[in-house]
Amino acid sequence: METQQLNRIQFCLIMLLGVSISFAQAPKNMARISAGSYVPLYGTDNKLPIKVDAFLIDIYPVTNYEYLTFIKNYPEYGKSKIKRLFADKSYLTKWPNDLSFGKLNPKSPVTDISWFAAKKYCECQGKRLATLDEWEYVGMADEKRIDARSKEEFNKYILSWYEKNNTYNNPVGETYKNYWGVYDMNGLVWEWTFDFNSTFLSGESRKDKDTDSNLFCGSGSINATDLMNYAAFMRYAFRGSLKASYTTKNLGFRCAKSLK
Amino acid sequence: MKKLLLFSLFTLLIIGCQSKVENKNTQKEDSKQELDKKPISDLSIYNLPEKWTTQNGKHIELKELRGKVLVMVMIYTSCKAACPRLVADMRNIEKKVPDAFKDKVQYVLVSIDPETDTPERLKAFAKENQMDNNQWLFLRSNDEQTREFSAVLAVNYKKISPLDFSHSNIISVFNAEGELAFQQEGLGVDNEKAIAKIKEEAEKVN
Repeated sequence: METQQLNRIQFCLIMLLGVSISFAQAPKNMARISAGSYVPLYGTDNKLPIKVDAFLIDIYPVTNYEYLTFIKNYPEYGKSKIKRLFADKSYLTKWPNDLSFGKLNPKSPVTDISWFAAKKYCECQGKRLATLDEWEYVGMADEKRIDARSKEEFNKYILSWYEKNNTYNNPVGETYKNYWGVYDMNGLVWEWTFDFNSTFLSGESRKDKDTDSNLFCGSGSINATDLMNYAAFMRYAFRGSLKASYTTKNLGFRCAKSLK
Repeated sequence: MKKLLLFSLFTLLIIGCQSKVENKNTQKEDSKQELDKKPISDLSIYNLPEKWTTQNGKHIELKELRGKVLVMVMIYTSCKAACPRLVADMRNIEKKVPDAFKDKVQYVLVSIDPETDTPERLKAFAKENQMDNNQWLFLRSNDEQTREFSAVLAVNYKKISPLDFSHSNIISVFNAEGELAFQQEGLGVDNEKAIAKIKEEAEKVN
């Protein structure tokens, strides 16, 4: 009896919380992503849809200016202070010192950033990094569709970006605004995800069927599906090659937040 | 209940970021007790703030292991394929390390499936695998900290079904200061190098 009552109270509390959050508008510079499901192109062996709960995600990647503000509050994340365990030597390599990003554009995405640093930044905003599935779910949308992965133009756009150099120098918010109102998922920088180290492309995992031989064998003409697979393969392979302390010039991040 | 737990975890996280000053104070107290010890090096895993639970239900911080050579692996107890071999590899290493180093080396198995691997379950697993003595330490935490720890160990893992995970097979050796000294990758590989490194590092321990 007592537990029942407790359960009821708990339920009410959760409902109250849930209602107040889900009806509240998304916080500034975050977009609300509705729940749904998608079939990842890599990383599963059964091709079953993966459920994604509703969540919030930053509309733009974190900028140099925003990251500098963070370092001012958390000096231990300055380039001279950060512990080697948490970031390699090229962390913020273009910054002249701890408290300046020098000639970099304040509105450009912060890059040369490690997973640990990105994760800490998000935590200190009361947020977290998006999971790989959440990121892919948002990233597959173009301007009009939730899932544009089978569209040839969309894939051509992504692949042509992969070939471009130095897009990380561009300011955030100049690529397309996608279905969810989110910018720069493709076209600016690669982004850290919370579980970036859940990809297996090296063949060491026994369930690893990801390394799709169709990608490399001459399978005739290249169609939209091939382009789509290739674009996704590039992303998953890139993530698979990362270690948490790595930093590179074309890798940034944005934060997400759970709704419950 | 789960939601409440998540909520309280989240609150903890926020506090973790805001109470910097408080942390500094407690750190000062800690360092008072460790005045004779030098500061934790930049590459040490003892920089991680994580809290873990052992197979005996005891809560510990990683840095309590400082001063011992650590041989670490990430596993999950319901694993039928790679883990039994990985666990056997750990046992083989332990057997080959001379008894003289017994209290200088700690063998640590970290669960990547904290939901299933309760302390009770870890304890039972330890017994089943003849790893039920002080040499062996089983640890579990939450998903978040486990992910962070795997990132440090460069162990990739992914849940592929409710009771099954893909994961890298890596055994890591840390020196007494918590710095990574050696990693052995693969199953049933020649463990001579790992053992040599463990001996070398254990000899440095007073």
